[in-house]
Amino acid sequence: MFSRPDHAGFLPLAQLPSLIAELMALGYQCLGPTRENGAIVMRELESPNDLPRGLQAEQAPGRYRLTSDPHKRYFAWANGPQAIKPQTFAPQESLWRVERDAAGHLQFAAVQPAVTRQAIIGVRACDLAALALQDAHFLREGRRDPQYAQRRDQLFLVAVQCAEPAATCFCASTGDGPTPTAGYDLALAELADGFVTVAGSDRGEAVLNGLKLAPATAQQIEAARQQGQAAAAAQTRSLPGRHLRDSLMSRLEHPRWDAVAARCLACGNCTAVCPTCFCHAEADIPALDGGRSEHVRSWDSCFGEAHGHLHGFNVRADIRSRYRQWLTHKLATWHDQFGRSGCVGCGRCIAWCPVGIDLTEEVAVLTEGGQP
Amino acid sequence: MNAPPSLDAGPPHAATVVSRTQESPSIFTLQLRLDDAAAQAAYRFAPGQFNMLYLYGVGEVPISIMSDPEERDVIGHAIRAQGRVTQGLSRLQPGDKVGIRGPFGRGWPLQEVSGCDVVLVTGGLGCAPVVSVIHYVLRRRERFGKLVIVQGVKHAEDLIWREQYERWAKLPDTQVLVAASEGAAFWPWHVGRVTELFALANYNPECAVAMMCGPEGMMRSAADSLLARGLPESRLYLSMERNMQCAVGRCGHCQVGGAFVCRDGPVFNWGGVKALLAHKGF
Repeated sequence: MFSRPDHAGFLPLAQLPSLIAELMALGYQCLGPTRENGAIVMRELESPNDLPRGLQAEQAPGRYRLTSDPHKRYFAWANGPQAIKPQTFAPQESLWRVERDAAGHLQFAAVQPAVTRQAIIGVRACDLAALALQDAHFLREGRRDPQYAQRRDQLFLVAVQCAEPAATCFCASTGDGPTPTAGYDLALAELADGFVTVAGSDRGEAVLNGLKLAPATAQQIEAARQQGQAAAAAQTRSLPGRHLRDSLMSRLEHPRWDAVAARCLACGNCTAVCPTCFCHAEADIPALDGGRSEHVRSWDSCFGEAHGHLHGFNVRADIRSRYRQWLTHKLATWHDQFGRSGCVGCGRCIAWCPVGIDLTEEVAVLTEGGQP
Repeated sequence: MNAPPSLDAGPPHAATVVSRTQESPSIFTLQLRLDDAAAQAAYRFAPGQFNMLYLYGVGEVPISIMSDPEERDVIGHAIRAQGRVTQGLSRLQPGDKVGIRGPFGRGWPLQEVSGCDVVLVTGGLGCAPVVSVIHYVLRRRERFGKLVIVQGVKHAEDLIWREQYERWAKLPDTQVLVAASEGAAFWPWHVGRVTELFALANYNPECAVAMMCGPEGMMRSAADSLLARGLPESRLYLSMERNMQCAVGRCGHCQVGGAFVCRDGPVFNWGGVKALLAHKGF
């Protein structure tokens, strides 16, 4: 976010609501961090003053607890259970519906999603990296997913630099954080008295100009830069920086797969919170009167029994093969499909795993001894 | 005139069951015709590709297309009544309506193999993707060398289209080798494993292409036999099956390594997938 420091403005702390008010005036429904069921979730802000201060989240394998930030910062929390995936790839939605008349004739029609212009306040660098991967999947040339595309087009993203990574974070090692570098409309770095603010798109630029901010000083820009460096240095977990495909694909019969399968509950939490997982199931929901049926897709997980189902047998009948499918896709064969790993270092799969399986630990054991 | 609708994006297109044939206790064939006459006339596919067939209110299922690509009037599908959708499809009668999306995926490399011998290896309860190739070759006999059909079944009674195999066996330059792990009375073919038949297969490995379809264990053994007999890996192909729900490389169920079977397959060159086929669970 500091590639254009001469364009950085400084948004004083007290003026943060004016940014939200500006977005609301432009017709955006503004989503921001909200405390709900003991976690931070993105919910609609009723008013520009609704953004909570002083929320922090302590995270560890199998653990997520809200705590208080003594400095009462707005964005001292690392992340919540969901990135921005639900805003673009809906957890459940109709793709098409079919009507059947008395003569049995079928009439098919695509379902257009109800799209709201949304601005999300508090997007993290890892979330942006994950969104870029979801874009690569759902907006692939020649095969754009219309539902995803329509929601994606209207998103306004206000990213925030992470100053307080959780113990589960490792975005520095995947190269995706903690400072946002691309993919945002506006990016903020929170300092004690305000935000170094830069635009990353034309519409971000327009909003920034409307706020008529004073330019950020060299000291403020430097403080934000150092804050990002400190947040990277504070991360305690990491993935190896090298390309892991050959390493993992040459260890498909490693005994560690059995060990992790013995702990894994195959609950699918990791895939539900993963910001890059894209699997979805399609199913039909017929109306009770028999006249209509909806064809619905909903998030699916490769840990579920049905994921590998094939006429009369299961390709992945045991948990070992399902965990291996997930990990090798995410970290190995994802490279073949998308040109990079599918992990952005957010650590959600570690925090939200009920038995605390730590992907970085599994990878370290699996790839012990180095290449291939 | 407007271009005919693309049938592989968006919702299915309504089609009518033209005829239904019971091929064996569990296998039936549906001949379908798209209700939009222009779409039916414009429909093109390659052998080895598949359609998503939709049964009203129940769901979709990927089914290989087994009619001839130059047949313009109907689209043929051989289906085994196995799951919720296919059992429902098996109850359809002529005049009933279904939905079609397709065709999807990559088919067999039939253009590349002109002039060469064609070895087809199938296992299990009759293999529609390969039967479509048999029909394709027989209707364009001058373009190909010898045709060798190697079919394995568990039990003699599992062989469908038995009369067809007997008819094919009588054709010139066509060899039919059938094996059943368990034989039966009046079973005219081999009793034993299908891979035992490769010693009898009469083709020129220097100019042959092999296409396989069936259980992966059978295909692995067949590949070993074919490669050991001098067939280059670059001319060995197989059709893979995985759970498929979207058919356009999006839903993730058919991901195998770096491929989505629905989009990058279902037909693959052996070299591209052999490494993962060696491991159970991909």
